[in-house]
Amino acid sequence: MTINNSSALCIEQLSYAYSGKKALDNVSFSIQPGECTLLLGPNGAGKSTLFSLITRLYDSRDGQINLCGYDIKRQTRLALAKLGVVFQQSTLDMDLTVMQNLLYHTALHGISRKVALPRIQQELERLNMYERRFEKIRQLNGGHKRRVEIARALLHKPALLLLDEPTVGLDVPSRLAIVDYVHQLAAEENLAVLWASHLIDEIFPDDHLVVLHKACVKAKGTVDEVLAATETTSIKDAFYNLTQGAAS
Amino acid sequence: MNLVHYWRAMSGIIGRELWRFITQRERFISALVRPLIWLFVFAAGFRAALGLAITPPYETYILYEVYITPGLIGMIQLFNGMQSSLSMVYDREMGSMRILMVCPLPRWFLLLSKLLAGTFVSILQVYVFLAIAWFYDIHAPWQGYLWVLPTLILSGLMLGALGLLLSSFIKQLENFAGVMNFVIFPMFFMSTALYPLWKMKESSALLAKLAEYNPFSQAVELIRFALYGQFDQHAFFYTLSAFIVFMAAAIVGYNPSKGMMSKKGGG
Repeated sequence: MTINNSSALCIEQLSYAYSGKKALDNVSFSIQPGECTLLLGPNGAGKSTLFSLITRLYDSRDGQINLCGYDIKRQTRLALAKLGVVFQQSTLDMDLTVMQNLLYHTALHGISRKVALPRIQQELERLNMYERRFEKIRQLNGGHKRRVEIARALLHKPALLLLDEPTVGLDVPSRLAIVDYVHQLAAEENLAVLWASHLIDEIFPDDHLVVLHKACVKAKGTVDEVLAATETTSIKDAFYNLTQGAAS
Repeated sequence: MNLVHYWRAMSGIIGRELWRFITQRERFISALVRPLIWLFVFAAGFRAALGLAITPPYETYILYEVYITPGLIGMIQLFNGMQSSLSMVYDREMGSMRILMVCPLPRWFLLLSKLLAGTFVSILQVYVFLAIAWFYDIHAPWQGYLWVLPTLILSGLMLGALGLLLSSFIKQLENFAGVMNFVIFPMFFMSTALYPLWKMKESSALLAKLAEYNPFSQAVELIRFALYGQFDQHAFFYTLSAFIVFMAAAIVGYNPSKGMMSKKGGG
């Protein structure tokens, strides 16, 4: 098993099962800094399980996960310090303000108030949310809540950003704004991004893809490489071939 | 990872919990109403039915309201411990628990911080209750109000750890109500909170034995003696041991290799 220390995320031969039923089967792929990787797969493909393993909410029994060269099992805290996460469900405290939620996160990461306040201002301003910092989360709409969660995930300057279907339930303009912003982050800040989705229109031409179906990686590589491997001309067709075709 | 990081994280967790409690007025009021009803209604009615002999730490005949006060303090902490674990099950279902669990600190420390936060909230409730009881002519020696503080920390931690342990085994919020009934009521009624052990022995030796081994009884006795400036060594070690056992089991329950998250699968 070779672990590439320069990778932001390196997954090797990872398997996981719920009561004997395989949720992930021998999954391997890696993400380099500045790379935006879309994890595609239908419901039940194993995307959420993979995220729970990367975030150490579950324990990986078989295989290895390395974050910036740190083994998630043995060097858990060093690895988690490099990770920013936006979960599928909102994880904000509804009764606290935007500012209180963000300060809570910085406290958990050991960041002093003096350092935290300008960082919060910077992240919220980039997402046009600074003027809403004293509003309770409950008062925000779905798109704004997501922006706050993305801002929060970046406050401790992670090397890898995990997004688990962050645009589910959002209207089209909010969705596009988040897709654009995350791609911009990857390009400008050299941030590695792993984005779980089943929405094909969220893919940019320069993105990398990992297609997960029935617990296995069916395809991985750049958009062009996946199209070539599936002998298709669109991601939609490629995805259909890999999931529906393979299903039969 | 340095000590400052631990301190900041713990302050953040405790500060968040206290802020939530202070801003949720309904929760504050309902936490007080319950023991006050017991004190003003139940104890007043029960006073005539129950004759109390002079037993330590009391040096004279006391009213039933005086006897029941430490039990009601224990009740506040018991309900608070269960409520904070209920909120953990809720947080876990709703996802906000994940943010805590993925921060780069040991899981035992995060759980202990959560526990301390809940304990501080319960201590706030206890002192407000004691202030109201003072106006109802239930007076302890003034030193007692200080001595009781460390015992409240220990008893709050022990009852919170029990709640934490229960929450680690509960997969869904709906299952919690049943467990509350099977834990809170037996624990409260099978204890020395409402009646002394010797009185219980008169009616059932088995019940008295169960009450004696009930860690809630020991926590109540620890509080009772401290409130009168005395130290009950047996109750202290019993409560401390129960806290260690519950906490260790809760940490195991929240270990990722044991699977603390509800394994629903998903995408």
